[in-house]
Amino acid sequence: MYWEKEIETMDRGSLEKLQMARLGETLARVKNSVHYGKRFAELGLDTAKIRTLADLERLPLTTKEDLREQWPYGFLTCSRDEIIRMHSSSGTTGRATVIFHTANDIAAWTNLLARSMFMAGMRRSDVFQNMMTYGLFTGGLGFHYGAEEIGALVIPAGAGNSKRQIQLMQDFETTAIHIIPSYALHLSTVFTETGIDPRRDTKLKIAFLGAEPHSENMRRKIEDFYGFKGFNSYGLSEMNGPGMAFECPEQRGMHVWEDNYIIEVIDPLTLRPVPEGEEGELIATTLLREGMPILRYRTKDLTRIIPGPCPCGRTHRRIERITGRTDDMMILKGVNIFPIQIEKRLMEIPGVGVNFLIILERENYNDQMTVKVEVQRDFFGGDLQQLEILRRRIVEELKSDILITPRVDLVEQDSLPKSEGKAVRVIDNRKD
Amino acid sequence: MITYQLSIFAENKPGRLAAVTQVLAKEKINIRATTIATSDTFGVINLIVDNPQRAKDALTKAGMTVTLNRVLAVVIPDQPGGLDKLTQLLVSEEININNAYGFVLEGRRKAVFVVSVDQIEKAEKLLEKNGFQTLDAEALSAVEPFHHLK
Repeated sequence: MYWEKEIETMDRGSLEKLQMARLGETLARVKNSVHYGKRFAELGLDTAKIRTLADLERLPLTTKEDLREQWPYGFLTCSRDEIIRMHSSSGTTGRATVIFHTANDIAAWTNLLARSMFMAGMRRSDVFQNMMTYGLFTGGLGFHYGAEEIGALVIPAGAGNSKRQIQLMQDFETTAIHIIPSYALHLSTVFTETGIDPRRDTKLKIAFLGAEPHSENMRRKIEDFYGFKGFNSYGLSEMNGPGMAFECPEQRGMHVWEDNYIIEVIDPLTLRPVPEGEEGELIATTLLREGMPILRYRTKDLTRIIPGPCPCGRTHRRIERITGRTDDMMILKGVNIFPIQIEKRLMEIPGVGVNFLIILERENYNDQMTVKVEVQRDFFGGDLQQLEILRRRIVEELKSDILITPRVDLVEQDSLPKSEGKAVRVIDNRKD
Repeated sequence: MITYQLSIFAENKPGRLAAVTQVLAKEKINIRATTIATSDTFGVINLIVDNPQRAKDALTKAGMTVTLNRVLAVVIPDQPGGLDKLTQLLVSEEININNAYGFVLEGRRKAVFVVSVDQIEKAEKLLEKNGFQTLDAEALSAVEPFHHLK
């Protein structure tokens, strides 16, 4: 039941010793990067003084803005010749943050995915259908490599094309899938329409649910429909992507692979650690990454560490499902979207007023974004066609940036909440 | 003569037309004709009123998105072929009609056809030359539809 029993069940003392040893190596390495070289000098930081986990607080936090500022190579600790792969955060087509991996980095990441999938019960006899977008997004290739490492038969189906997905599941007797939870719900309607019952007509038994937060209720609903066991996972491209934290068969919190990461939970305002078990922002440090190690990364995700041991026997601590964000990032169909992206695009379009409102809804298990946009009084020329052209232009412009086709409603000027102060820009009406 | 059509941008939801008519009622503006064009969640309300400028000011003051557009209000005979004569004339000069609607002035005798066209000056001259009567805002305000029924 363990992929690497010794590491997965290592006693806490040994595990922390291993973390400190690996942190030491990481600190020696990161000094070579432009970013940390500069930061350490500014802080007058003597890394030799970081001896215990309690000293961690002396290390600087790293933010997405830091990654942007040093884009693209300012975090590299080695020559570019050592790098064999890049990935980027999902969603943004502008200056997305990029992460570079050496061959050893890919191997370590692959091992974590294999460990995670093995923990959920996947074996070499399984047929794994990866229903995630391949490409820059980490979820596609990450899981692909992990499943191959286990020795399962991998079907790199990619995202979308529901009927073909179902066909593949039936033709090749898929037993495990990797799927976005909102898409799993949507796909259930396609199953129902075509009269195929996944419980009776497929061999599905394991689903890796990832790339977007979902509630326990939503998981149960998906499990009930398909008859498989659904496993939650957590990851972000800055920390490789999936494989950072994963549920075990207990399905009670996600084990963070602490031989690869140091995690902290801090108060996002004071930036001080919260008592164990309390909610705060998750901070993560890579321990095995060579090409682009990152110290104390602010994930902006809110969660808590679940105190106490897990009945599965693994000693790596568990985090709760993500309960929210410290910023206003939205996740729609697995794509990360910031309201500022939408604002920037809108403000470049003539005729668009200053206020807008984003409404997220779930209709027939399909997540939908509606953007209400004010039309400037002076722009209005009196005919409907002009407005329709504007509306279509906004749809196209937004789609090219956020990769999702929004619904755009034009509204009268001054009919939306004012943009000054803390205007509510996003209303999330998605329920289970 | 050229007259003005009032166009109001409005969301397609209950109460929007009522908000417009309330303002006009308060201002004692008389509505001669109205059309509404909708596109899913929003639309445009077009009105022919007796005092377009005063109506525009009142609606703008009420926070609405309003514009005045030049249109032709053409008097046509209210009988078979009456409208055809007008449209054939416009097409013969390749004038495109963007929007049009009409109202009856005197049953079986006279109607007014409001046309929004792409070449308004050319259309105006063409109509004059061919004996069509066009009404301006003042004339529209003065006409009393169905006066013969009183």
